[in-house]
Parts: sequence; C-alpha cells; structure tokens
Amino acid sequence: MSTETNIVNNSSTVTNENPRYLKLSGLEPLVITPESNFVNVGERTNVAGSKKFLRLIKEEKFEEALDVAREQVEGGAQIIDINMDDGLIDGKEAMVKFLNLVIAEPDIARVPIMIDSSKWDIIEAGLQVVQGKCVVNSISLKEGEAQFIQQAKLIKRYGAAVIVMAFDEVGQADNYDRRIEISKRSYDILVHQVGFSPEDIIFDLNIFPVATGMDEHRLNAIDFIEATRWVRENLPYASVSGGVSNVSFSFRGNNPVREAMHSVFLYHAIKAGMNIGIVNPSMLEVYDDIPKDLLEHVEDVILNRRDDATERLLTFAESVVGKAKESTVDLSWREEPLQNRVTRALVKGIDQYIVEDVEEARKSVAKPIEVIEGHLMTGMNVVGDLFGSGKMFLPQVVKSARVMKKAVAYLLPYIEEEKRNNPQADQADGAGKILMATVKGDVHDIGKNIVSVVLACNNYEIVDLGVMVPPEKIIDAAIEHNVDIIGLSGLITPSLDEMVHLAKEMNRKNFHIPLLIGGATTSKAHTAVKIDPQYKAAVVHVNDASRAVTVVGDLLQKETGDRYKNDLKEEYAVFRDKFLKRSVKKEYKTLSAARANKFQIDWERASISTPNTMGIQVIETLDLEKLVPFIDWTPFFRSWDLHGKYPAILTDTVVGTQAQELFDDAQEMLKTILSEKQLTAKGVFGLFQANTVAEDDIEVKAGEATYLFRTLRQQLQRKAGVPDYALADFIAPKETGISDYIGCFCVTTGFGTAELAAGYEKNLDDYSAIMIKALADRFAEAFAEYLHKEVRLNHWGYAGKEQLSNEELINEKYKGIRPAPGYPACPDHLEKLTIWEVLQVEERIGVQLTESLAMWPAASVSGYYFANPEARYFGLGKIKDDQVSDFASRKGIPIEEARKWLAPNIAEE
Amino acid sequence: MRDIQDILKERILILDGAMGTMLQRYKFQEADFRGERFKDWEHPLQGNNDLLSLTQPEAIAAVHAKYFEAGADIVETNTFSGTTIAMADYHMESLVYELNYESARIAREVADEFTAKEPDKPRFVAGSIGPTNKTASMSPDVNDPGYRAISFDELRIAYKQQVEALLDGGSDILLVETIFDTLNAKAALFAIEEVKEERQMNVPIMVSGTITDASGRTLSGQTAEAFLISISHIPILSVGFNCALGASQLVPHLEVLSNRTDYAVSAHPNAGLPNAFGEYDETPEQMAAQIKEYVEKGLVNIVGGCCGTTPDHISEIAALVKAYRPRVLGEKHFSI
Repeated sequence: MSTETNIVNNSSTVTNENPRYLKLSGLEPLVITPESNFVNVGERTNVAGSKKFLRLIKEEKFEEALDVAREQVEGGAQIIDINMDDGLIDGKEAMVKFLNLVIAEPDIARVPIMIDSSKWDIIEAGLQVVQGKCVVNSISLKEGEAQFIQQAKLIKRYGAAVIVMAFDEVGQADNYDRRIEISKRSYDILVHQVGFSPEDIIFDLNIFPVATGMDEHRLNAIDFIEATRWVRENLPYASVSGGVSNVSFSFRGNNPVREAMHSVFLYHAIKAGMNIGIVNPSMLEVYDDIPKDLLEHVEDVILNRRDDATERLLTFAESVVGKAKESTVDLSWREEPLQNRVTRALVKGIDQYIVEDVEEARKSVAKPIEVIEGHLMTGMNVVGDLFGSGKMFLPQVVKSARVMKKAVAYLLPYIEEEKRNNPQADQADGAGKILMATVKGDVHDIGKNIVSVVLACNNYEIVDLGVMVPPEKIIDAAIEHNVDIIGLSGLITPSLDEMVHLAKEMNRKNFHIPLLIGGATTSKAHTAVKIDPQYKAAVVHVNDASRAVTVVGDLLQKETGDRYKNDLKEEYAVFRDKFLKRSVKKEYKTLSAARANKFQIDWERASISTPNTMGIQVIETLDLEKLVPFIDWTPFFRSWDLHGKYPAILTDTVVGTQAQELFDDAQEMLKTILSEKQLTAKGVFGLFQANTVAEDDIEVKAGEATYLFRTLRQQLQRKAGVPDYALADFIAPKETGISDYIGCFCVTTGFGTAELAAGYEKNLDDYSAIMIKALADRFAEAFAEYLHKEVRLNHWGYAGKEQLSNEELINEKYKGIRPAPGYPACPDHLEKLTIWEVLQVEERIGVQLTESLAMWPAASVSGYYFANPEARYFGLGKIKDDQVSDFASRKGIPIEEARKWLAPNIAEE
Repeated sequence: MRDIQDILKERILILDGAMGTMLQRYKFQEADFRGERFKDWEHPLQGNNDLLSLTQPEAIAAVHAKYFEAGADIVETNTFSGTTIAMADYHMESLVYELNYESARIAREVADEFTAKEPDKPRFVAGSIGPTNKTASMSPDVNDPGYRAISFDELRIAYKQQVEALLDGGSDILLVETIFDTLNAKAALFAIEEVKEERQMNVPIMVSGTITDASGRTLSGQTAEAFLISISHIPILSVGFNCALGASQLVPHLEVLSNRTDYAVSAHPNAGLPNAFGEYDETPEQMAAQIKEYVEKGLVNIVGGCCGTTPDHISEIAALVKAYRPRVLGEKHFSI
C-alpha cells in the first residue's frame, strides 16, 4: 500500500500537461472531454435488460448475439455494456466466450466495453480477455471498505475505469444527502487510498422512478439531478452516469409519456453534468417535439414543481394513450403545415396524398427542383436519420422510397420544362452516383434492389444495370455515367469469380473508384483474399442495406473519404494476411484416405424401396393454393433484413410491429397472386435406377441412356471416427449387386415474376417489385418441399405414412434428403447440366441455365432425391488438388475448368 | 547513481541496437549453442539466442560493451524470449529463472565497468520482456474466432517469473517491448505491479508497442492512441514503438504518442524494412537521416535500434542526437 500512496502523493503535487479526461479504448480511442456530447452506452447486450439477448445466449446463438452488439455500434453506441447475470446461464463462461467473439469482430471491438456484473468473478474474468481500457460496472461500498479497496486496486491494475454505485453498508442512496455522502466517501478512498485516477471514476447516482404515487418518491429525479451537479462541482474529473428508463417505470405501457419523461429527465440531468448513460434511443422523444401541455405536466413531475404533479400527469397520460391508439385512422396530420405533411408521408410511407402536397409545394417555390432539394430531401433526411439510428426498419424505408419516387415522377415534367426555358440553370447535385449490377451469369437481384432503394433514399443517384450484366457493360456504363462507386451483387458461387474478373478489368482500365461487393455467397474473407488484391483502389464487402449507407457515406465523404479508403485497403490486407496465415493450419486427408474412410451403410441389411413410378413426370401447372401451407416464412423476413424466426418474429419487441406490417402486405399480395393466378408453378422430376461406381460417381439409368452424377468427398482432417462423406455413399455400390435408386427434379414458380416486377417498377413501386420476387422465391421453395413430400409418400413411396407438420418439414425431419447442386453437400454447379440432360428440363418446363449455371427464372429449385434412411445433409468443406484433378479426369474436362468451378471449395495451398 | 528521470529531462537517451544481428556475426553452430552443459539436451538448441547467455557469456558481454562504446546509455538484456511460454519451443521452461538472472547479471557487470570509467554518464540495464509467441486476444484458428491459445493468467505467471529474475540479476529498468497484442502487455504490467507490491520497491518501466503495418495499428487491431490509453493505467517511464517498420514510417505514430502522453517517448525502429532476402540493409547514415526527423520535431526522449541495427547505427544516432534537445516532458509521470 505504501508504494501506491507514494506515487499518488508525488503525482498529485504536480500539474499535468495533458488534461485529465476519461479516456477509454477498444480498437479505437474514446476520449470524453467537457465538450463531448452525452455518451450513450448500448444496453441491448445485457441479459437482464433484453429478453432477446438472454434467449440468444441461452440457446448459444452467439452469431446472432454478435449481431445485436454490431447493430448497437452501427446505431451509434459509443460503449457497449455486456451483462451475463442470469440464474440459468454460467455467467463467467458466457462473458468470456462472448467477449472473445466480440474482440474478433473489428466493427464491434472498435468501441470500449463496459463489463457489467454484480459478481466480481465475472468482472475479473471479463477484464482478463479485453485488451482495451474497459469500464467496470460496478463496485460499491455495499460490502464494506476492505472489499471495495481490494476490487478497486485490481481494476486499476487491469487498466479499467469504474462505475461506483451510490451504495454503502447501510443501503442504497435514495436522497440528495446520502448520494453526496457516499460518492464523496467512495471518491476519497479511491483517489487517496487506492491511487485511482479520478478521471477514471464514474458515479452511478441511482435513478429511481417518480410519479409512483408515494410521497417519498417525489424527489427521486430532482435529487439525482442535484446530486449530479454536486459531484461534478466537488469531485474533480469524475463522471456521472445512470440508467434512464427507471425514471418512468410507473408509466409502463404508455410510451409517449415515457419517452417524454426520458427526454425531460435527460435534458435537466445533462445540464447538471450527467455525461454518460444508458438510454434506449427508440424510447426518447426530441425535447423540442414534446407537446407543450405534456411537457409542462412531465416537468412538473421530474422537477417536483407542484404537489399534485403526479395526479395531473396520470390524468393527462390517459388522454395521451387514447391519442396514440387513434392515430392510425387519425387524419389530423393533414391539417399541419406543408413540410410536416411531406415529411410524415415519407416517414410513414403514405403515398395517398403525396401528389397534391407536392403540387402545393411546387406552387410555393421558384423552380420545381427546389421541391426535391427542399421539401422532399428534408423529409428523406429524417428517414435517413431514423433508419441510421435504428428507429426505422428496412421495409419502411423501401416504402418511403416509393413515396419519394412518386413525388419525383410528378415533378419531372416541370423540371424538364424549366430546363428548356432556362438552360443555364444550375443542375441539382446529388450526394453521389452509384452503379449497381448483378454480375454476368447470375439472376438474383432482391438484395441488390434493396440496397439500391435504400441508397436512393439517402440521396444517391443509382444507375441500376439489372441482372446478368457482362463486365464490359459495367465498365462502359461506369465511364459513361461517371459514377462514384460500383456495387456488384451475386448469389451463386460462380459469381465470385466474375467479381474477381471485374476487379481485374477495373484495375486494367485504371479505375480508382471504390468497389462494393455483396450477395449471399460473398464474404469478407473472399473479398479480402481474392478480390481486393486485384484492384488498387478500395474494395468493401457489404452484407446488409443499413451498412451500405454508412459505408457509401464514409467512402464519399469529401474530407475523410481518402483516409477511409486507405484504412479499408489496410484493413483488408491485414485481414487477408491473417486469413492466409491461419488457413495453413488446417489439415486435409488425401482423396484416397478420405475414400477409405467413407460413410458405411450395411447394404446387406439396408432396406431399399423400389419407386412406385419410375421414369420422368412433368407437372404442367400446379395450383398455387396447394403450396401456401408449405411456405417457410423465416427466410422471407430475412430477405428484408428482419431477423428472427416466423411466427415469433411477429411479436418480437424490436421488429415485431414492422414484421407484422410486412407480413400483412405480403398476405395481401399473396391473395392477388392466387386469385389472379399471376404466377405459374411448373415442375419436372424423375426416379431412376442407380448405383455408385468408382467410389464417388453415381451411375443413373434413365431409359436406354446412362448418365453419371459426380459427387465430391470431404477431405478436411477431423476427429477420428467421423466418416468423410460424399453423396455417393448413400447409394448402393454396383459391386454389391443391389438395385438402388435416385431421383432428381426441377421446379419453378418464376414465370411471370419479371413482368410483374417490371410493372411495379414502372409504377415507381419498388416495394411491391421486391415483394413479388421475394414471394416467388418462397413459392419455389414451397413447391420443392411439396414435391419432395409427394415423392416420399406416393411416387417413390418409401416414407409410408409419414405425418409431418409444416414446421417439421422446414426442420428437415423427414427421411431421405434432397440436396441441390450449388449448396453445401454438392457445391459444384456443373451437375445441374447433368440434371438438365437427364430430365430435359429446358424442353419440358422452360427453365434455363445461364453461363454461370444459375437457373432462369430465378424462382426455381433443382436437386436430387436420396431415399436411404441414413442419407443426411452435410457440408463438403474444402477439398484438395488431388480431388480436383481426379474430378477433372472423371468428368473429362481440363483441370483449369474444374478448378474454376470448384474454386470456392479448393483449400489454399 | 543519478536518477534516470532527471537525466531524461536534460538529454535524449540512447538505447542499444539489435542483439540478434550482432550474434549472427559469430556464426554459432548447434554445438556452440549447446556448450558443454547442454551437449546432451534432447532437443535442438540452435537459434535459442537467450541460451547464449549461459553457453557463450563472453559473446553477450562483448556485444553489450560494443553498444556502450558506441554511445548507448541503456542496453537491453538478452532475454527477449525468456519466458516459460517462449522457451517451451526448446523444452527449457525450467531454465527461465537462470537465463534471465544471468543475462541481467552480465549486462549489469558491463554497465558498471563503463559507469566506473565515465561516472558522468551512468549506464543502465533494461530487462527485456518480449511478447512471447502466443496472443491473448486473437485466435490462431480462423474457424474458431473465440478460441485463445493462452490466457491472461498463464501470461501473468510466466512474466512474473521473468520479472523477478531480471530484477534479481540487477536490471535498472524493465522494458516490455515489441507488443503486438496489448493484452499480453497488460499481463506483463500486471505481473510487474505484483512484484513491486510484494517487494515494496519501485522500478522504471518502459513500454514499447509494435505497429505492424502502415495502417497504424497493432497486430491486435488497436490504433496508436488506443494502445496508449490501454497501457497508461500504471506509472511508467516511457511509452514508444519498436520493430516492424523503418524509422520514417514510425513518425506519424510517434507524433500521436508525443502529443497525447506526459510520459517519455521512446523509439527503436528497425534498420528499414527487410529486403527480399529478409535482411536489413539500411546503412547507419540512412537510418540516422530519418531519426533526424524525430529529434527536429522533438518527438522522442529515448531512441535506439531494433532488428538489423548495429553499433555503427547506434554510434551514428548518438552523434546525431547530441545536438538536439529532448522532447519536453509533462509533469505527470513516474518518479522513484
């Protein structure tokens, strides 16, 4: 102790050059100065405060739990609070595991972490895994000075700041005097006995509810505020924090009042010196926007200005609840000033009145362009801010865009006329121009369209080249339109190569604009390792629409864009290095060793069912009604960036309302599709005699002809006793002499989709255009599920009397599998060509394969049927060169070609 | 002997250059590394430079002497890999205390000889504490980002043993260096604090990170400022950067430290970037020309060399900095 004391005595006698600010760090610094705005701590990664997060941790869904953390950082949280205090989880283990994962995500780990627990061992375990300077939340004098000192000393030694609760041996501070007494005592012990830097101390002065009806609670808010003022004036360099939502606890269920209470409380507490806090940004009204009468009632309560403040607010609150409920049919907003109406129409996605409002706006300005630059952009900026701060969700933004497009379309003729009359006039200058394209050979565009719409909402001009765009066309269009960024999208694996190719071309043509990469099979790893090195300028992998806005904004920022680009380049180089260095560590078996360890089925005892109907059958049209019960809605929500399982997502606390609205819109469109038979469901499938030959090939007898499906085998070195799978293992080898069978199929619901989407787009309705495509995709998957069931029960008939609910189907509870080329068990798209040959798919139902072997129309599914009860889904993983050359020679294609198609699955040397 | 803190206010102190580069000149073979004592050791020992303190102590002493002759105020002990964690490669965990103790003792003896000859210029021994070969906040397995090959406690215990031996052998300073993962460094600092408390003593600590590439981040992803904030919680003598980059590339990062800390600032860069053969070929003159920017801008208080530097480099640098005043120190820092 004496050493520590000496140091403090020495340093406290001298003046400092660098000011004593609270400095924290993740991968990046956070310095809190007197000029800093209020620092908001993200609190969704707290099992005590978020049911969703608790569930994710309990179910060990750490990936999704990471998304919660990421959303908070992207939404502007400057610190993230992590709490694992729950009776049903091992808090220490969960804390360490989650922190280790957070640290591995640079976009989360850039901010400092608040390690939150009431248990010291959890706090200490957390401190041991974080390199940055954290905040410990919290310690107090509750268990006496000895423990307080001991913990503070360790916290200092681990290099963290600390939140001190106003709590002592007697209890929690619940009035002004006690708050001061405990904070002063804690401060003195920390600074003078422990040698804790005063700037590293944050006081949590206990925010308690007001308006509870109990007299002793009337001073709760004002005492906190005044104690805050005292701390900031009397305890040099210390900060004050607190959890704001407590204050409005007695108004649970009445969000308008709660939001107003939070804003009023914060407004006064921040003025008094509260500089850090936990606030749910969606539960906050803008102070200036609180209606005057509500504001007065709330301030009366917070500041304890009247004896009857609580009763008056309670009475008033009832009227506020009433209003909130009515507002769905309330048209009183139509009485408001023009700008309010325009903004509201954009924020709420109401297109009913937009033309008349825009006309009114046009008459009020000198030039029609001013309506876009003024009224509409003002509204869209509100949309952008709300989306950026997580208060609006993707489907809402797409609806806003629909309103915006209608408004702009109405104005265009006037703008053209203005240009003709006044050719010298300045042109409108957008935020930037972005080219979007789905690459050659790929037909999937839902994600690309969503990103386009969201970017357009943020005032970027979008040049959308559509799907299957050859690289020359992208290059030419980029030059012609002088775009600022190129965005490429693709869903199937061959598109990855197309992206690499385009990056090379851009480099050769001396482009220097950033390249965005997105789509389901793209990844940061592929972007960093394969695409980034081909292009000297910035390449960014963007996996969702909201991140696209941030990234594009950062790229085009005039002052800091170049630095951001350099940072990206470096980030990807580092990522690449690490990735390459690490991937070396994986070990693989030789193909022959893997074959020796194949999955063994005891063919002597295996029960093999002979299909009831052999050969090929075509379904010319299927009644779509039959498919509705087979629809798996969860991926539908995912395509709109709403994450969660259907139907639970409809009642989710965060996205539930929006999910329900989206679902309602989908049901509406579904009805129209069914009643007007807008889509056609066609399918073809066949069941054939088959045997495995030469280890990994499946020989298929279709009529007179014989075909070979080539399967690929797992080679990654895994635990002893785990077999190395290939699909061929599920079919009896020819040498057994047993007759076995295989099926294959292709179904589509995509005919008609493109036309419908084009119709919506023509009507400036991107929302419906995206919706129809998303629904067509769902129908195609449902058709595949439906047909598989028919095959199991009737055509092949091996499943006997299977009784499975839709949910069980989605969870793949059935016997036998239907793997699809291009997916994990058989990632090689080339086998689609064989399926097309065997079933004569194009001739029979018109579904085509593009040069990259994507199916057109996009809403199509194809695959194999395996009936053996031991058949299971697996992921091929990476394979080695020996298998690539073996595959090439089996298939009789040049090794380069094999390498090209299998590229995503070939292990790095 | 005068307090190093006071000397730092008067002039720029010179740290030595590379030990490894100098030892390469001896072209030691397996048998030389083994010496008589380890001739029957079951594992290959060539490349275990720290071991040479036991088997070739004259060579180690000679290198220290050359650096002092070249003008160094501080030499680093030959203990960069002196932890049970790094020594596991050679199965020499049990020798860690002795390795550190002997290395410090050899440097101490040489330093004392020079101080006796030139009492106005006291020479110091900095116990070198390397990063080990494992990272506490990064996973070595790309498929398992939550995995860690080493824990804070394992590092803390290993570092504590090294620290105790370095102090027992006579180190004046402890130098936690080549930090690529700040969490490893925090474990070392934690261990040092424990030893200080148990022994009721104080020792100046130098902390030196490594920026691994031009993006200005450590391998574990921190910016220079985030790194500084993460290691400023205990009183230290200096903070700086070493290794990985040449002198010029360090300038922007040293500027960050210099502007934001009251501690002394140190730099011991490599002799440029390695060429295609992994050799450092920047001449003493070339390197000194870049160090000139440090001192003209007043960025540093302690300067020396890392990989590829030799007594000639140090001599050139020492001659250069004589003419310059040290960076002005803030008042809030370590004192004994």
